[in-house]
Amino acid sequence: MLDQPEQTQSGGAMPEKAAAETLLEVTNIEVIYNHVILVLKGVSLKVPKGGITALLGGNGAGKTTTLKAISNLLHSERGEVTKGMITYRGERIQHLTPSELVDRGVIQVMEGRHCFEHLTVEENLLTGAYTRRDGKGAIAADLEMVYTYFPRLKERRTSQAGYTSGGEQQMTAIGRALMSRPETILLDEPSMGLAPQLVEQIFDIVKRLNEEQGVTFLLAEQNTNVALRFAHYGYILESGRVVMDGPAAELRENPDVKEFYLGMSEEGRKSFRDVRSYRRRKRWLS
Amino acid sequence: MPDQLIFAMEVTLNGLLNGVMYALVALGFVLIFKASGIFNYAQGVMALFAAMTLVGIQQGRVPFGHLINEIFGTDIHYFGWEVPALAAILLTALVMIGFAILAQRFVFRHLVGQEPIILFMATIGLAYFLEGVSDLMWGSEIRNLDVGLPQGINDSIDAVTFNLFGYGFFIDNLDITAAIVATVLVAGLIAFAQYTKQGRAMRAVADDHQAALSVGIKLNYVWVLVWSLAGIVALVAGIMWGSKSGVQFSLSLIALKALPVLMLGGFTSIPGAIIGGLIIGVGEALFEFAIGPMIGGATENWFAYVLALVFLVFRPQGLFGEKIIERV
Repeated sequence: MLDQPEQTQSGGAMPEKAAAETLLEVTNIEVIYNHVILVLKGVSLKVPKGGITALLGGNGAGKTTTLKAISNLLHSERGEVTKGMITYRGERIQHLTPSELVDRGVIQVMEGRHCFEHLTVEENLLTGAYTRRDGKGAIAADLEMVYTYFPRLKERRTSQAGYTSGGEQQMTAIGRALMSRPETILLDEPSMGLAPQLVEQIFDIVKRLNEEQGVTFLLAEQNTNVALRFAHYGYILESGRVVMDGPAAELRENPDVKEFYLGMSEEGRKSFRDVRSYRRRKRWLS
Repeated sequence: MPDQLIFAMEVTLNGLLNGVMYALVALGFVLIFKASGIFNYAQGVMALFAAMTLVGIQQGRVPFGHLINEIFGTDIHYFGWEVPALAAILLTALVMIGFAILAQRFVFRHLVGQEPIILFMATIGLAYFLEGVSDLMWGSEIRNLDVGLPQGINDSIDAVTFNLFGYGFFIDNLDITAAIVATVLVAGLIAFAQYTKQGRAMRAVADDHQAALSVGIKLNYVWVLVWSLAGIVALVAGIMWGSKSGVQFSLSLIALKALPVLMLGGFTSIPGAIIGGLIIGVGEALFEFAIGPMIGGATENWFAYVLALVFLVFRPQGLFGEKIIERV
């Protein structure tokens, strides 16, 4: 169960599309910030085409760093991938700029939304089409497509994004990514700071986009419960390492996951002391 | 009509036109600040450099003439041709774009994601570097700049006002030209920022570097674009101020006059730069006219800064600056 996804992967990422091609593959990467701070200590994962893959774990586990390593936004935060390999459709993508990656169909929706505050909602969406060269007509058609998924955005199209609500901003950020006609969206913490109802709504749309538009998702999420309900496959990160991975349905039933990430326990409430000793044991094993 | 009032009108009119000149300089600051959050200390020196280069090209001077003569013992100063004004302006614009590319390539590209204060320090360095290059390339003598802009008193305004009030206003043609050019420039810049894809990208970059990167906007490209625009605005300001008072080192100090304009109008607003410039221009002219004589004159030197201070206390984002949007 631990650390080596290659060995456990054989069960098949998604039962219904067992032979799905692997789009994105991260092999044993190590990331260092500012030349000294080691954040990822050998993370490996595979994202199959057409799937929703979840990257789970607590604060500081390395979820965001993994996504940024893939989308190459690390550089502007003084981080770098020092070991390992990241490939997309078999091509190494570490040296590509974020712009070139967007061109190849990989786009990241950053944690905390990051809308352009002083641009209107519609202008925000249009910036997503920056790298496209297929003409105004196609872009306008996609804008309508985004509005059908997010009717709320159509109502707020002329408002400055900075003045819209958290949920609307998250929708704007996802819609903006959609405007680039992506094959894969790296979605970082979509539930952050949103009411449970809204979280549900956002994940519903993610699922619809996945099924209807065929968008592949790699999703970093702290909300393990929601993420495992919508994802097909999950990886659990802890202190910069993958400690567990498997099909989402299996992870949901796993006693450790239940206890540590879903807050459920078979033997009733446990004392905090047991939890801590368990954690120590697990670190040694992994 | 009382004489005082007529004088006041003339002073106001002159103040307005002067304000346009301040606004021209302030514009360059606003452009760069909007798109990269950098307060560009070098804007004034860029205006000086642009004006120097323009004069140099126009008169067919050999760039780095002093240096070449010193090293090789030659005595060349001129190529022996004169470039027509329009061609010289276009060439200078190209030089400014080249400067933007070099500044981006060698300075700002390496500072992505750094604190604003560090970027500000970098522009201070850039200012002194450019000042030195300007001296080395074209020498440090005072030059006359003449690109054929109309100069001297505007006769028709003089005639009209003479008929109306029995006193002819003295309005310089150059100031009127500057006002027209500034208006066209601002209209163009606003249209570019609001309605084009690159303009939208520019505003996006201004809001959030990381997010702009994440949607595939090329930061380097947008910044070169912005610095080029700022360089061209500096060129226009250099032409106007240079025609007015000669091309000399003090040209780079007009940047200081732009500061209060920015505080009034807001660092992030193009129309704000214009209105701020006008308010400062009229304000200091009228203040000097009305209060100046009572307190010994020379109030132009400080009036603008006091006004800016008052604004800093009561409305720190300026008249038109973007409100600081903060949500919890």
